[in-house]
Amino acid sequence: MSDYKAQDYKFGQPRWCPGCGDHAFLGALHKAMSEIGVAPHQTAVISGIGCSSRLPYYMNTYGFHTIHGRAAAIATGVKVANPELTVWQVSGDGDGLAIGGNHFIHAVRRNIDLNMILLNNRIYGLTKGQYSPTSVRGFVSKSSPYGTVEDPFRPAELCFGARGNFFARCVATDMAAAVECLKAAACHKGASVTEVLQNCVIFNNGTHESIYTKEGRAKNAIYLEHGKPMLFGENKEYGIAQEGFGLKVVKLGEDGITEKDILVHDAHCPDPTLHLKLALMEGPDFPVALGVIRDVEAPTYNDCVHAQVEEIKGKKPYHTFAELLETNEIWEIK
Amino acid sequence: MAEQKKKQAIDQVIVRFSGDSGDGMQLAGNIFSTISATVGNDICTFPDYPADIRAPQGVLTGVSGFQVHIGADKVFTPGDKCDVLVAMNPAALKTQYKHCKPTAAIIIDTDSFTAKDLEKAEFKTDDPIAELGITCEVVPCPITSMCQETLKESGLDNKSIVRCKNMLALGLVCWLFDRDLSLAEGMLRAKFAKKPEVADANIKVLRAGYDMGHNTHASIAHTYSIESKHKEKGRYMDINGNKATAYGLMAAAEKAGMRLFLGSYPITPATDIMHELAKHKSMGVITMQAEDEIAGCASAVGAAYAGALACTSTSGPGICLKSEAINLAVITELPLVIIDVQRGGPSTGLPTKSEQTDLLQALFGRNGESPIPVIAATSPTDCFDSAYLAAKMAIEHMTPVILLTDAFIANGSAAWKLPNLAEYPTIIPPYVTPEMSEGWSPYKRNPETLVRSWAIPGTPGFMHRIGGLEKSSATGAISNDPDNHHLMVEQRAQKVARIADTLPPLKVEGDKDADLLIVGFGGTYGHLHEAMQQMLAEGKKVAQAHFNMINPLPRGTQEILAKYKKVVVAEQNTGQLAAYLRMRTKGINIYQYNEVKGQPFNVSTLVEAFTKIMEE
Repeated sequence: MSDYKAQDYKFGQPRWCPGCGDHAFLGALHKAMSEIGVAPHQTAVISGIGCSSRLPYYMNTYGFHTIHGRAAAIATGVKVANPELTVWQVSGDGDGLAIGGNHFIHAVRRNIDLNMILLNNRIYGLTKGQYSPTSVRGFVSKSSPYGTVEDPFRPAELCFGARGNFFARCVATDMAAAVECLKAAACHKGASVTEVLQNCVIFNNGTHESIYTKEGRAKNAIYLEHGKPMLFGENKEYGIAQEGFGLKVVKLGEDGITEKDILVHDAHCPDPTLHLKLALMEGPDFPVALGVIRDVEAPTYNDCVHAQVEEIKGKKPYHTFAELLETNEIWEIK
Repeated sequence: MAEQKKKQAIDQVIVRFSGDSGDGMQLAGNIFSTISATVGNDICTFPDYPADIRAPQGVLTGVSGFQVHIGADKVFTPGDKCDVLVAMNPAALKTQYKHCKPTAAIIIDTDSFTAKDLEKAEFKTDDPIAELGITCEVVPCPITSMCQETLKESGLDNKSIVRCKNMLALGLVCWLFDRDLSLAEGMLRAKFAKKPEVADANIKVLRAGYDMGHNTHASIAHTYSIESKHKEKGRYMDINGNKATAYGLMAAAEKAGMRLFLGSYPITPATDIMHELAKHKSMGVITMQAEDEIAGCASAVGAAYAGALACTSTSGPGICLKSEAINLAVITELPLVIIDVQRGGPSTGLPTKSEQTDLLQALFGRNGESPIPVIAATSPTDCFDSAYLAAKMAIEHMTPVILLTDAFIANGSAAWKLPNLAEYPTIIPPYVTPEMSEGWSPYKRNPETLVRSWAIPGTPGFMHRIGGLEKSSATGAISNDPDNHHLMVEQRAQKVARIADTLPPLKVEGDKDADLLIVGFGGTYGHLHEAMQQMLAEGKKVAQAHFNMINPLPRGTQEILAKYKKVVVAEQNTGQLAAYLRMRTKGINIYQYNEVKGQPFNVSTLVEAFTKIMEE
């Protein structure tokens, strides 16, 4: 049992717009942290720039609101220099995937033990409504009055392309599921990416509409759980089955389909192929996958850096500056 | 001929080794410098690398040079023009001849002057000496064939044998300057400790070169001896500026009791700092090769936030990319050392050449009011002290500090008296203490120094939030209050300005009643100093003031500069220090000497220019 309550992680009064998904997510994060039980002073929350990146100001932990796009790189330095800390890195879709895309993929590739949160509302909110790298093709915004002519990133694809070992997805307002994702992300040793689907009531209202309500999720989403069959629907009447190289939605009892035909989720499978397929499912043909899609153990960069330091300390005979000097070719003037 | 050639005692000599970049000229030059330093001479070296990694053999763009200035007394530069040039092929002769004094001796490898070699070096005739109009003494030596002859029974293949030819040239030069071969042999044994057969071959060829000089007298009129004068007693090593910078950071981390973290990205000519630090994991150093320059600096800002002595190293284009993250350290008041090894710009410019063109960028190249201490190292060995000072200043004053070095001092080396860390000043980070927790906020300042106290994440009772948004001076919360912003801007500026209280005042060398004060900053110290010495020897009334600390300026800058009728600011840019001094001082009669060629200053050119200014 944890010694902490959600209240212990709360600080100040959030200033996001009423109805913004950030409020709900912040509540989930406070709750998840209290259940994880790492002390507030051992917790560092690092963010970039954007609406969601104001989040550290509402945390009674160590908080660092940095610069646009660089949160992952700064969090990397924090974790490597001080591996005792539990480090959360919070970015929006513009911060994390546009200006910070390079740092995002490299933090994932290095597998630094960061809990990376990607708050995806498919819009730039703080600059008042421009399309983001996750906005759908044709999206009309102030900077794309005639619709965008580019395809969006799908965050899971970037994560797996960068050899990511943890990917989870939740909806900001779906408290219980969000808390479970965040706890799993924190338990995972290595870079974990949690995509949080959230609404922007002002500039992109309804962007995740099909799954933003409980009723919507019952129809249009599937909660994946490791070791459990992939069933969904209001009465769990649908399932995901494999067909050739792809997936398909099947209905139990139809065409002789039984639960044996349904895929059982394996989040720990090292091969990410099916994880990617699951993560890319979208309506109207497929449900949107929520929960922990991939969670595979791998050596972390921070552990390896420090292990190498310890190993070399044992191998090399010099450990102080005075000893270092002696490793050089020295002559004496008498 | 008499057995004893005339041995002439000289005070100083400049030797330049040149050949294909694969000919081992850097190694020959390094060994020659080190054995000279070992007998108590002073040395100053400058490697002149080609920009191409390995150009085709024998072509003009592939020539690698190494110049060393050896003095009985102190030497401050690698010297203008050389007394002895070793040219291993026609391309080397053609490109390096311009570095020779009229009285120089040029040693050439006659085996590599075939028609084909001459063609590769774009000679039009079969007489390169006449074609170049060389009037100084040329000493032809069959270096390659002598090397092959010496090692014919070694069992090595021809390629490995020919690779030893640099040692033949070195042996010859050692004979010429009366150097003790046993020192060189020891260095070769150490270098090839794992390959004793290679060490044996190199030593054999080295001796053959020496004997060849001795037996044939190599058609040279004299051999030379350089006695040692007034060299301070103690233990020494040879060090270049980049290594000295890395050493300075490690020394400071140990003194401060902090972990050293370097976030960096490969860039010429700064990469050797990362290479050096990456080696020393046994000292607990962490180096991270980041995905880009921005992440190099950003990861260092993160490491600083987490309590490390955080550094990032780069050169011109990289400093542009880092400026936003540097500014985050300015507003969050975190210690960070940024090393800019200046090279030719703008843009990619001249990556392997040296300039002083980033000064104004270091001082002012960020958005907003962004005061940062700027230190400029003055010599290869001063890189150690300057890096130590930069780290001390960053930690004790909670600020990013920019350390400017340049390609010339970064790659150049000199004899360095081993420092005793116990004699270096303490470094005391302004950590919070438990009794401060009541009412603490991150921007509460020490009233004298205006330095904020530092609560490292992980410390119970000091959870706080900082960031790039302006904060309230009192509470540390986000603040848009106009008066608070004005106050914070002033406090950040004042905090940096007050660092001057902790530093020595500006030093003046030379004639007390000088008519001309020679002013410079950073890596040009040696050239300006030699120019001053030469002018003093000519009876001219000159003095020198050199800036190591540029922001804040040392105390006394205004008073000292105002004392002289004429002040010449000499720098390798179009007048950046001059502009800065005009801005920060009043009533100074500033003349400028500017040269932006990517090459070190030339002492005789400086003397000529300064003399002209005095006569105006």
